[in-house]
Amino acid sequence: MSAALEVRELAAGYGGDPVLTGVSFAVPAGSSVCVLGPNGGGKTTLFRALAGQLAPAAGDFDITGRPAYVAQAAHARLDFPVSALDVAVMGSLAGRWWLPARGRDRDAARAALERVGLAGSEPTAFGSLSGGQRQRVLIARALVQDATVLLLDEPLAGVDPASAETITALFADLAAEGRTLLVSSHDVEGARAFDAVLCLNREQVAYGDPAAVLDARVLETTYGRELILIPESGGAGGVRAVAVQHHEH
Amino acid sequence: MDLLTGPLDSGIDRRALAEIVLLGLLCGPLSFWVRSFRLAYPSESLAHGLLPGLVLAALAGAPLILGAAGGVAVAAAAVALAGRDHRIGSDTATAVVVSGTFGLGVLLALRPDAPARLGELLFGDPLGVSGTDLAAAAALVVAGGVALAALHRPLAAVAFDAGGAGGLGLRPGRVRLALLLVLATAVAVAVQGLGSLLVLAILVAPAAAVGDHVRSPARAMAAGAAVAVGAGVVGLYSSYHLGGAAGASVALALCAAAAGGALVRRFVPPAAPASA
Repeated sequence: MSAALEVRELAAGYGGDPVLTGVSFAVPAGSSVCVLGPNGGGKTTLFRALAGQLAPAAGDFDITGRPAYVAQAAHARLDFPVSALDVAVMGSLAGRWWLPARGRDRDAARAALERVGLAGSEPTAFGSLSGGQRQRVLIARALVQDATVLLLDEPLAGVDPASAETITALFADLAAEGRTLLVSSHDVEGARAFDAVLCLNREQVAYGDPAAVLDARVLETTYGRELILIPESGGAGGVRAVAVQHHEH
Repeated sequence: MDLLTGPLDSGIDRRALAEIVLLGLLCGPLSFWVRSFRLAYPSESLAHGLLPGLVLAALAGAPLILGAAGGVAVAAAAVALAGRDHRIGSDTATAVVVSGTFGLGVLLALRPDAPARLGELLFGDPLGVSGTDLAAAAALVVAGGVALAALHRPLAAVAFDAGGAGGLGLRPGRVRLALLLVLATAVAVAVQGLGSLLVLAILVAPAAAVGDHVRSPARAMAAGAAVAVGAGVVGLYSSYHLGGAAGASVALALCAAAAGGALVRRFVPPAAPASA
């Protein structure tokens, strides 16, 4: 299968020394990759570089199709007067931002909202939606962009379990239709359900099949003291890992 | 009837009315973006910082709008340069620069050989607007309106979620800069009628009056225009009938509208979301 995304020795940052270095991996089309790492480990920096928002400080990458960066829903303003449909329609402004949205842009936005299970919520104010629904609206916006590579920045953070289940099922559907997903997360155990896992801690720690990659050494290198390792019952030598999250204020 | 037609009898008052309506049509909608991008303080800084430009134009006998445009450009550049020193902090740097430029403007205006127009420059005088000033203001209002229309979708995307807007192919910094240019244009136009000290009222009060009682940016802008034009006309009429200063009356009417909006918000909940 051809690679939808191939990254070679990528380094990126915000001027000065790069905050992320030595990232190299290739993702086949239709695959899902969980990106693990501590806060400040470079997950968002990687996504912003791949989305073209940051120029690489070193290395390069190839993307087949169009990438879309889906920022954390928590960063969106809840008091801004826009509906779910308004937000989804924003996905159509690239290349013709100075013109009003067309009828077909609204149709595409409605279809995307239906795709993420929010049919009927089009006129609802974005700020009135639940955290999980807001995240799905932002994913719908990326679908309106017709993105083939979705870069989702902690889409399950602060989401209730029911919505998390809906969003996870949506990821499987999107991958099944050939889209490539990179999903950053702090859920080490949840990462095992992805096709591959990429571990970052200011540099690439590991990349590959979660079953082969996620061992105690890799997790300790990735998270350092931000990880609690719990030996699995049964005495087979496996570990369960829980990343300790620090909220940024 | 005379209550309404009285101010329309003289050409001076008709021009003042046209000036206030023009300002309301641009600044009312713009006030929504000033509020959304939290630009009230930069707006005040631009309005105060341009005073030397206004004074120099008045001393030279040049159109005030030219002085205002030059003053805004210099003030904006000075604020941008000072703000680059992160050790001081951009708000402190802005305050120092603006106080300095404002002081310079007052110093120039209080020279013994300067014409006695400082009050007009500080507090505005819509009744002093000439036909040429009005034509220039109309042209700039049309240009500002076209810019706001073209920027509508990027402004909404960046105000809603600056981080996510980058993922839509936008450059949030450039969108913000474009908004600042429209704001500078509006300040340059509005300062003729409302002066360096009172112009902030029309850039901030309409959005404050409208508050959260809107369902979309377009409706907020339309409501802002209605408030700005309505309060502006009420202010001008009250100035005519009560004999008060026109610029100050307009500013007071705008602030009264903002206070009225705040009062309504205490008793009426924000625009309810549509049921799913």
